[in-house]
Amino acid sequence: MLDFFQMILSGIAVGSSYALMALAMVIIYKTSEVVNFAQGEMALASSYFTFMLLTSYGFSFIAAFISAYLFALLLGAVLEFAILRRAKEPNLLGLIIITIGMEFMLLGFVSWKFGADQQIFPFPISPYDSISIGGAFFSMLELISLVIAIFIMVLLFFFFRYSKLGMAMKATQQNPVAARIMGIRTKRIMMLTWGISSMVGCTAGLLISPMLMEPFMMWDSMLKGFSSAVLGGMTSLPGAVAGAYILGIIENLFGGYVSIEFKSVVAFAIIVLILCVKPSGLFARHYVKKL
Amino acid sequence: MTTLLEIKNIETYYDLIYAIRGASLSVEAGTITTILGNNGAGKSTILKTLMGLIEDQPDKGTIEFMGKRIDGKDTEDIVRMGISYVPEGREVFEELTVRENLSMGAYTRKDQKGVKNDMKQVLAYFPILADRINQWAGTLSGGEQQMLAIGRALMSRPRLLCLDEPSLGLSPILVKEIFKIIRTIKETGVTILLVEQNARMALANSDFGLILENGRFVMKGKSSDLLKDKDVQEFYLGQRSEESAKGYQRWKRKKVWR
Ligand SMILES: Nc1ncnc2c1ncn2[C@@H]1O[C@H](COP(=O)(O)OP(=O)(O)OP(=O)(O)O)[C@@H](O)[C@H]1O
Ligand SMILES: [Mg+2]
Repeated sequence: MLDFFQMILSGIAVGSSYALMALAMVIIYKTSEVVNFAQGEMALASSYFTFMLLTSYGFSFIAAFISAYLFALLLGAVLEFAILRRAKEPNLLGLIIITIGMEFMLLGFVSWKFGADQQIFPFPISPYDSISIGGAFFSMLELISLVIAIFIMVLLFFFFRYSKLGMAMKATQQNPVAARIMGIRTKRIMMLTWGISSMVGCTAGLLISPMLMEPFMMWDSMLKGFSSAVLGGMTSLPGAVAGAYILGIIENLFGGYVSIEFKSVVAFAIIVLILCVKPSGLFARHYVKKL
Repeated sequence: MTTLLEIKNIETYYDLIYAIRGASLSVEAGTITTILGNNGAGKSTILKTLMGLIEDQPDKGTIEFMGKRIDGKDTEDIVRMGISYVPEGREVFEELTVRENLSMGAYTRKDQKGVKNDMKQVLAYFPILADRINQWAGTLSGGEQQMLAIGRALMSRPRLLCLDEPSLGLSPILVKEIFKIIRTIKETGVTILLVEQNARMALANSDFGLILENGRFVMKGKSSDLLKDKDVQEFYLGQRSEESAKGYQRWKRKKVWR
């Protein structure tokens, strides 16, 4: 029983980074129907930027983290402005290739600048501190990740539900032409969407960095986040979050009870299954357009 | 009377399709002007060109609003100058609520209080929307969506309101209702440019009318005069005149209008 409880907790712990990556991808997918494979590497670049500020420039944590978010915002906006916007009437395949291209450019840049070796990311909380909840262990870092992830989700919820800008983003997603007729500057909204998504992804990157800091650190979370997003229907923010935690928990239960070697493969088995049975994802809200 | 909108000799292409072939039109402040024409005549294209929604168009000609050139400007800026547009087919934000749709209509405004008042006013025009205020717009009926689209366009407090076939797909009673509200809106000082297929209703409820055929205006005048015009009666109002009753040649040319 304790084992089971521990596995659920570990599932929730990894679920947080999946959830953040999934949210980041859904935010972009909803506005532009681009599956952004560069999401992980955007977070990677932001994390390494923070690492550089901390280790080479002696920034304080607060200053470094604020700079990290600004950098992430800018990076997202610039990629949208400089690359995606230039694609003239792109099709789905073209867009996928573009984002994969961006992914490898960023990955290449980070590996070249910082080397492929593992680095130590100075973080105020050691990944080895942990607390015990009813006999099961939860590392402090995981706990903080969970709290921050939930905070970001709540923030996003309020942003999209109640702020004028958030609503304008939803309006742009739903009907770009009508949005322009309202006076919404949809191109700016697009840039901003990429910026915000990049900041959400950056959060995941910063939370993973203290545990693992190397150029491929985001791959696992990116792919699992993408899987979670698909699981949740690709267009639903709550769906993506639910998908992420479900995935994290199933993965850990599978690892505990069935086979630890194939733990990572579970995510993809689930995707294949979902895509066969319910291609629109588990939580996609179906909306029938009236003519 | 002052001229609010002056369109001079515009030509619009959709790639190689020559849709508007030199059209001029002026809209006087405080009036309802209606553009009539058959399917494919180019009515919607004129409004889209005016709103800057067709990239790099108009190819030729000028559009002036309150004495300022607006052709070639971005839609977002044209809207900010005081023009609102209700597109053909409503185009509401389907997964936003009625209230959110209306508040998006006021996106460019900063005066919270005025927006609140205008929202009340719009809900007074269309009480059914008040009942549906927290419902997703996509779940409204076609007629309700049309009302929402008009209400949303009013939320920016426009000087000029452009309506593209507001009566499309509505029951006769609702059509009457919509036209009544259009007249009420005019009374509040909003100038209206109306595109319609329903020629009889449009002419009965407007001050000036223009008839568009194949991208050119072929007739313009006071609506009351157009209503009495023999050609208009025959081709656009579906009435038989004396001569046409004798020769069935003209029978075949009769176009059926609602
Ligand atoms: N996006 C487009 N691409 C190419 N051609 C177009 C496009 N939109 C309209 N057209 C063409 O331009 C011409 C005018 O179309 P428009 O939509 O303005 O007609 P309309 O008068 O509004 O007709 P309706 O009463 O049916 O709405 C038509 O011949 C149409 O085929
Ligand atoms: Mg039309």
